[in-house]
Amino acid sequence: MVENRKFVNKYNFAFIDEATKKEIRRKLLKAIAIPGYQVPYSSPEMPIARGWGTGGLHVTLAIIGPDDVFKIIDQGSDASVNACNLREFVQHMTQVKTTYDTGEATIIQTRHRITEEELKEGQIFVYQVPQPEPLRGVERYENRTRQMHGEADYAKMWVSLYESFVQHGDIMLGAGYPVMVDKRYIMAPSPIPKWDVPNLNQSKALHLFGAGREKRLYAVPPHTIVEPLEFEDVKFHPENFKGIPCYKTGYKKAFLDELYFDDGTQHYVVNDSNFLDKLLEKAAPVQHHNKYLNPSGS
Amino acid sequence: MIRNEDNWLLRVRDLTKIYGEPNENTLALTGPQFNSNQCPETDSIVACAGISFDLFPGEVLGIVGESGSGKSTVVRLLYFDMEKSAGEAMLRPYQDGQVNILDESNQKKRFIRNHLMGMVYQNPRDGLNFRFTSGGNIAEKLIMAGNLHVAQIRSRASRLLEKTEVPVQRMDDRPASFSGGMQQRVQISKAIANNPPLLFLDEVTTGLDVSVQARVLDLIRELQQDLGIAMIVVSHDLSVIRMLTDRTIVMKNGRIVESGLTDQILQDPQHAYSQLLVSSLL
Repeated sequence: MVENRKFVNKYNFAFIDEATKKEIRRKLLKAIAIPGYQVPYSSPEMPIARGWGTGGLHVTLAIIGPDDVFKIIDQGSDASVNACNLREFVQHMTQVKTTYDTGEATIIQTRHRITEEELKEGQIFVYQVPQPEPLRGVERYENRTRQMHGEADYAKMWVSLYESFVQHGDIMLGAGYPVMVDKRYIMAPSPIPKWDVPNLNQSKALHLFGAGREKRLYAVPPHTIVEPLEFEDVKFHPENFKGIPCYKTGYKKAFLDELYFDDGTQHYVVNDSNFLDKLLEKAAPVQHHNKYLNPSGS
Repeated sequence: MIRNEDNWLLRVRDLTKIYGEPNENTLALTGPQFNSNQCPETDSIVACAGISFDLFPGEVLGIVGESGSGKSTVVRLLYFDMEKSAGEAMLRPYQDGQVNILDESNQKKRFIRNHLMGMVYQNPRDGLNFRFTSGGNIAEKLIMAGNLHVAQIRSRASRLLEKTEVPVQRMDDRPASFSGGMQQRVQISKAIANNPPLLFLDEVTTGLDVSVQARVLDLIRELQQDLGIAMIVVSHDLSVIRMLTDRTIVMKNGRIVESGLTDQILQDPQHAYSQLLVSSLL
């Protein structure tokens, strides 16, 4: 009997059908060609609800090939629920190799963190973006924000920073600090902490952003200028951990999580789980270089 | 100041705004002689048509007329709040007055608006963003002109508020908590923040009580004398026009019916409508 091979696999490689993948890739190319510009895309149905990482998943599944090595983190951790489930799904649909090792991965999907370890040429960093529109806080209408981006009319955004400084003595923006990409578009870097924002500047890796619920893709190509918005006299600064060390490794120059033990004592631990593991194994991982992490400019 | 023909600051020619779909008879069938600005054939509304005038540096021009006469439309067209139907306007400081500013791209219009013009609306809610503080509102104008230094923005904003007699300690309060007169003065500070050569005032004192009106008018006159800003003052109130302006245009049904020196128009109005307007002064 001739075996019907067409339906041996229940799903196409990487779940999404080829025509839709092609559409997403085409939109990604456009996004890379115009750094920081939000490109509308189809945002097809996925087996998870929109707003739970579908944007990142669309990007990953559209670009992944059988030879890729896939890593996924959620708030810096390889082991949290969102990361585990999406890793399992991607692995199931593609049979690619998965890893925890930042250096080994070719595609790293993330929710709300950039890895502490420096990214290399050829790596692709995929973000799950909840709100792609940085101007949403100052302008609620989509047609107006698109026009503002088109004409680089960003005064309202700047006034909101000014207002924040006047009322609180500092620019009170935490995660998702708005950045200017390639001196043209203001972009929401997804809710990464301010600590990670400088690492987008002149990054060697390609950064792709997918907002599934909002149906937008955007990108920061390698070696692109990405500057946090700041005034001439009121500057951007990352989170300050005041020299507190990680309680496990004693490491000071990394983004830290605050922990409370059962006895009520407060401890800090390196947030990036793979970076923490490497520190514990004395592997000496190479960190990003930026002027906030290495003020002397080294 | 020398005021010869070629020294104009703003030159407006045949400015026209029509709502709806006009036909070739629309302009001929509307206007003061028909006492209507609605075309009987097409029902289109002629908000203003054939408006031409020159404004000279430092001069104050008044536009009077009853409500619906198109006077606000004229300044809103010139401040790019609306799209014109036809006509041109040249502004001397912008490319030496060689180009029609009404045909420029949005980006260039915004440059002109932020660097060369200021506008004070009748309703402060049109000119101010009530979600920002009064300082923030002034900052918006300064930021749009490229100033990104907080300390400089704040010192400039406090000087402007001082000049317009708004208590500086209220700089970081929202204009929503201000009185109407104060809101209007914040709006004036914002409008003159970048030292524009041209300022539009659209019914600025309407709705304010008489003593506040007098102070706002005093302020405008002072600014005009100190800074030499050219102004176009729109009002239906002849005493405002008398107090502020050198020259006046009288509008009715979207057309200019009379123009000349303010004193002359008030003393010796020629057109029937101007006569009615002057004689109905309380």
